[in-house]
Amino acid sequence: MNGYNFAYLDEQTKRMIRRALLKAVAIPGYQVPFGSREMPLPYGWGTGGIQVTASILGRADVLKVIDQGADDTTNAVSIRRFFARTAGVATTTHTAEASVIQTRHRIPEAPLRTDQIIVYQVPQPEPLSKLEPSRAETRRMHALAEYGLMHVKLYEDIARIGAVTISYDYPVMVNGRHLMSPSPIPAFDTPKMDGMAALQLFGAGREKRIYAIPPYTSVKPLDFEDHPFRLTRAPHACTLCGAADSYLDEVVTDDRGGRMFVCSDSDFCETRQSGAAA
Amino acid sequence: MAYVAVKGGERAIDAAHAWLAEDRRGDPAVPELATAQIAEQLGRAVDRVMAEGACYDPDLAALAVKQAQGDLIEAAFLLRAYRTTLPRFADTRPVETGAMAVRRRVSAVFKDMPGGQVLGPTYDYTHRLLDFDLAEPGAAVAEAGSAPPGGPMPGVMDLLGHEGLIQPEAGLDGRPGDLTREPLAFPAGRDVRLQALARGDEGFLLALGYSSQRGYGGAHPFVGELRVGEVTVEVEVPELDFTLDIGDVTVTECQMVNQFKGSKEVPPQFTRGYGLCFGHSERKAMGMALVDRAMRAAELGEDVTAPAQTVEFVLSHCDNIEATGFVEHLKLPHYVDFQSELETIRRLRAGTETGGVEAGE
Repeated sequence: MNGYNFAYLDEQTKRMIRRALLKAVAIPGYQVPFGSREMPLPYGWGTGGIQVTASILGRADVLKVIDQGADDTTNAVSIRRFFARTAGVATTTHTAEASVIQTRHRIPEAPLRTDQIIVYQVPQPEPLSKLEPSRAETRRMHALAEYGLMHVKLYEDIARIGAVTISYDYPVMVNGRHLMSPSPIPAFDTPKMDGMAALQLFGAGREKRIYAIPPYTSVKPLDFEDHPFRLTRAPHACTLCGAADSYLDEVVTDDRGGRMFVCSDSDFCETRQSGAAA
Repeated sequence: MAYVAVKGGERAIDAAHAWLAEDRRGDPAVPELATAQIAEQLGRAVDRVMAEGACYDPDLAALAVKQAQGDLIEAAFLLRAYRTTLPRFADTRPVETGAMAVRRRVSAVFKDMPGGQVLGPTYDYTHRLLDFDLAEPGAAVAEAGSAPPGGPMPGVMDLLGHEGLIQPEAGLDGRPGDLTREPLAFPAGRDVRLQALARGDEGFLLALGYSSQRGYGGAHPFVGELRVGEVTVEVEVPELDFTLDIGDVTVTECQMVNQFKGSKEVPPQFTRGYGLCFGHSERKAMGMALVDRAMRAAELGEDVTAPAQTVEFVLSHCDNIEATGFVEHLKLPHYVDFQSELETIRRLRAGTETGGVEAGE
């Protein structure tokens, strides 16, 4: 785009972000503070993910952007257009064709490969924030690996309600050391992070933090031996493609309680539909 | 089937932008605003946008106000997003507000002092009656009577300083922090705090400052001095052995005098709360000075009990660009997470604890 550098950010800023990324990869799950810039999109709308993507994109990359699992949600469209405009890179909606996938709230159903990078948009990188608002204090807790507070929260859920009530953004232990927010993906997606072949990068623009999970790293949801982690999914099959193992969106079809369930991952669903038609 | 896939996001966005442009222009029978009119006649709006946008450029700020339809936080965001793309050539010398070309200068602690009290262009003593003559263009404008004040106007706080009655300000070792390059970290020094407040939301600082007056923070403030005017901005060029004057900026500076009871080591004395911002914005500078002083509670050994005294709380929430982004992001789709919540609630209500993914269940 005229008057702007490739992928919008200037090269010095990209270098600063890449340094933060390298540190993040070296210490899996650790939140690296970085000099987040104001982007031409609002804070809270993916500025962290956008800055990470802008810093790693090359001209040969193929970019996929999803929000809620779908390529055609308005914010995904807006971010994809931003990079098509500022970097001129090829874009795709097919998970298998993408080299970089920026996502908000989902991990694609199809397993990712070692030659792919997934970039998560993160609203709140601090997994302890709901239990301890002070970031000065939570930093100390991470340094000491002092995560008893989170175990107590899970325990209290079980004691009072009989089950853990966290259904998304489920806290995970990365590489056996750092408690990490997986971003607000549904708990259904959390197991996909464990030992994933692709590099996972996380950007939180407003909170000015970057973190990462290198390929094939252990990512375990916090749980108890007698109350193991359970994931949640609407107990139905997709109306459009019949998938019984994908994450489903519930669509209200009338005002008399009518519902249908469809895959949240639009590429997964369409691929299955066209495969069935062929 | 009633289900329509959420397709066409791209066309919807284009259509929304076209509608917005039409909405912004309003009735085409009404002449379009020129940015010069905004810069000249809506100066306080332009000033606020420059302060919160952290970029001194009245023309661009006027453009931002026009583009944002007068939504000043949106305008500040436009200016910030532009500012962040600019290369940085040099650091300026600290501006010398004591040498300001003063338009307005008042003190509430002395009846008179060298340089005198100068009311300047102020709304303070206007009666807030709608002036219906202004509704029609072309109303006669009264000429300002007196010439702008001349002569030196030493800072009022220095007068107190001579007697040792006000705590001297500690200088800064090394380079001041810069929030536009380095993320906020705690504990935050006063340099970083003041930078955050100078960029902070006027309404937020007003409310917090107000809260400190009403007992949430126990301040006993006096306006030592409030001055508005132009200061010279200078840069040092490494190749030259003198500083270069690169222009003037309008700033508002407020120095609040606050009581301090003293401690074992320190005799009773006055302490200072400091506010400085781009443009003419007394409310902002005063709010900032109140909050700056409130945040010094810990260092002065006072109890930290109120929001205005809690540095992490104030600094983490004073930036309206961050705040508006995160609050408004709630408009984005959240149906994946909501679906998880729905299933969790349904499961808990059903009293089952078996849950889990069972294909085709």
